[in-house]
Amino acid sequence: MTSDTDRLIERLAAEAEPVRRLRPPVLRAALWLAAVAAVLAAAILLFANLDVFARRAADPKLALELIFTLLTGILAIVAAFELSLPDRAAAWALLPLPSLALWIASSGYACWRHWIVYGPDGWAIGESADCFRFILGVSVPLAVSLVPLLRRAAPLAPVRVAAVGGLGVAAIAAFALQFFHPFDITIMDLAVHAAAVSVVVAAVAGAERAVGRRKG
Amino acid sequence: MGEQLEADRHWSLLMAAAQDGDRAAYERLLREIVPFIRAVVSRQHRARDRVEEVTQEVLLTIHRVRHTYDPARPFRHWLASIARRRSIDALRRRLRTEAHEIADDTAYETFADPAANRVVEASAARDGLGEAIAGLTPPQREAIELLKLRELSLAEASGLSGKSIAALKVNVHRAIKSLRQRLTGAEE
Repeated sequence: MTSDTDRLIERLAAEAEPVRRLRPPVLRAALWLAAVAAVLAAAILLFANLDVFARRAADPKLALELIFTLLTGILAIVAAFELSLPDRAAAWALLPLPSLALWIASSGYACWRHWIVYGPDGWAIGESADCFRFILGVSVPLAVSLVPLLRRAAPLAPVRVAAVGGLGVAAIAAFALQFFHPFDITIMDLAVHAAAVSVVVAAVAGAERAVGRRKG
Repeated sequence: MGEQLEADRHWSLLMAAAQDGDRAAYERLLREIVPFIRAVVSRQHRARDRVEEVTQEVLLTIHRVRHTYDPARPFRHWLASIARRRSIDALRRRLRTEAHEIADDTAYETFADPAANRVVEASAARDGLGEAIAGLTPPQREAIELLKLRELSLAEASGLSGKSIAALKVNVHRAIKSLRQRLTGAEE
C-alpha cells in the first residue's frame, strides 16, 4: 500500500518535465479583456450608429447602467481567472455580484420608467428576439476563447469557474449590445437580456460539467 | 508557528525548483508532503487503504497542476486546498456509488468462495452432463475426456489415443456442439 505510493512518487518524479508557471491571474484577465476590447471596438466603429449611442449615453441613468454592465463583465472575468487557481478562496465568485445587482437595478429602473410612459405595450416582443440572438451570438466566440485559458489552470471546481466566466462573457455581450440598441430598455428587453445571460451561464457551466463527467 | 513558516518556505523552494525541472527536488518534496496529505485526507476517510488511495489521487493532481503554484504564495495553503478538494470529491464519488448500488447479502454469500460454488454447481450438473457425454459417439467421447475432462494438451491426447491432432480438434468441436444441444434441450 505505502510502497504503491512510493512507486507513484518515483514515477511522477521521473517524468517531471520543467513547467511554465502561469502568469498572475489579474494579468491574464487583463490581456484577455484587452484583446476582446480591441475586437469589439473595431466592430462597434464599423457597424454601430455612434450618434444615437452618444445621445442615449448622455442620460446619466443609462450611463450608469452601462458602467454597471461593463463592471460586472470585467469583475466576473477577473474572478474566473482567480477562481481557476487551486488556492483561491471560493469567495472570489462573489466579486461580480454587487455590480450585477446594480446592473439589474439600473435596467429595472429604466424599465419602470418605460412602463410609466408606454404601459403594457412594453411587453411587445419587437426587437427583443434580436437582442437574444445578439447576446448569444457574441457570447459564444467569447466563451470559446475564454474557456481554454481558464482550463489552463486545471481548476479544481471547473463548473463554478465556468459559471462565473459565463457571467463575464454574457455581461460583456450585453454591454456591446447597447451600441446596437437604439431604444430604451423595456421590461421585455430586460427579461430577454436576463434570459440570454442565464442561458450563457448555464451553457458554459453545463458544457464544463459534461466535459468533467466524461473525463471521469 | 515560526517552524511552520520555515517548513512552508522549504517546500516552496523545492516546488519552485521542481517547476524548473529539478527531479530530485520534486521527489523529495512529494515524499515530504505525503504525511501532510494523509492528515488532510483522514478527515474525510477512515479506512487506511482508502486514505492511501485518495492520497495517491492528490499526488497525481499536484503533478498535473504544478504549474499553477506561484512561489511567492504560501505552499501549504495551495497543497491543503488541492488535498481537501480531491478528498471531498472522492467522498462524493463514494456516496454516489453507494446510492446506486445495493449490498445483497445472499449474493455475497453465494459468490464469496467461487471454489465452493463450483463444487455445488458441478454436483448439480454432473448427472445431466454425464448422461450427455455417454450419448456422444465413441470418438467424440474420447476427445472430450482427454482434452476437457483430463485437460491434456492436443499433443498428449494425440499420443495417448493414436488419433491425429486434426481429428481430435474436429471431434471435440462436434462433441461440444452436441453437448450444448443436449444440455440446453434438456433444460427447456
